[in-house]
Amino acid sequence: MIYGIPITHFLIVSTLMFFIGIYGFLTRRNLITMLMSIELILNSVNINFVVFNRYLYPDQLQGHFFALFIIAIAAAEASVAIALIINIYRRYTSIEVDNVNELKH
Amino acid sequence: MGANVFMFYLFSATILFFALLAVTSRRILRAAVFLLFALVATSGLYFLLQYQFLAGVQLALYAGGIVVLIIFSILLTHHISHKFERPPVMKLFSGLLVAAIGAAVTVFSIADYPFKASAALPIDTDMRVIGLQLMGTGKNGYALPFEVISILLLAAMIGAIVIAKKKN
Repeated sequence: MIYGIPITHFLIVSTLMFFIGIYGFLTRRNLITMLMSIELILNSVNINFVVFNRYLYPDQLQGHFFALFIIAIAAAEASVAIALIINIYRRYTSIEVDNVNELKH
Repeated sequence: MGANVFMFYLFSATILFFALLAVTSRRILRAAVFLLFALVATSGLYFLLQYQFLAGVQLALYAGGIVVLIIFSILLTHHISHKFERPPVMKLFSGLLVAAIGAAVTVFSIADYPFKASAALPIDTDMRVIGLQLMGTGKNGYALPFEVISILLLAAMIGAIVIAKKKN
C-alpha cells in the first residue's frame, strides 16, 4: 500500500473503464463512437502500466515509457482512422457500420 | 482519510461516470465531450502517482489532440443536432452481459492475486532522467523504440493525408 491507496483499487478502476469501452464497442453502430470506445480501452491499459510501474517497480521507468509509446500509437491510429472515416463518408454519406458493408472499390 | 486518497476516489468516480456517459449518450458531440472529461481525470491519476511528464503528455495529446480531432470529424460528418436512435434491446443486453462477465472475472482474479509492493527506492522522474532514458542506447535506454515511433508517426501522417485527399 503506497500513498494510502491499495494497488487493487487502481486496477479495479482501470478494469471497469476497459469493460465500459468493450460495452461501447459492442453496442455502438457508428464509426466515430466506436473509435471513442477504443480510446477508452487504450487509456485504461495505460493506467494499468503506470500503476504497475509505480507500485511494483518504482526504481525503473518501463511502464512509464510503455504508456508514453501507447499514447503516441493511439494518436497515429486516431489520425488514420479519421481519414478513413471521412473517406467512407464521402462515398456512402453515412458512417453507420450497417450501411458500409461492401469492400468493392 | 488523507487528501490524496480523497482525490483518488474523486478522479476514479469522475472517470467511471463520464466513461459510462460517453458510451451511452445519444448525442455524439456530447459523447465526445464526456470522453474528454474522462481523459482529463485520467491525467489527474497520473499526477497523483507523481508522473508529471506523463500527465502533461496525456493532457496535451489525448485531451488536446485526439479529442479535438474526433470533434472535428464529428462536425464534418454529422449535424450537431443529430441524435442516435436507441439500439435494439437484444444488442444492449448482450453487450452488457459480455462486459459484466468480463469485468467480474477480471476483478475477482485481481482481488485474488497477492501483489507485493516493492521496497526499492523510487527513481526521480524529472525531465532530465526521462530525457536521458528516452535517448539512451545502453541499459534502460529507449532510443530504438523512440526512432521507430517517429517513423510510425510520419507514415501515419502521410497515410492519413493520402487517404483523405480528394480524388480528381
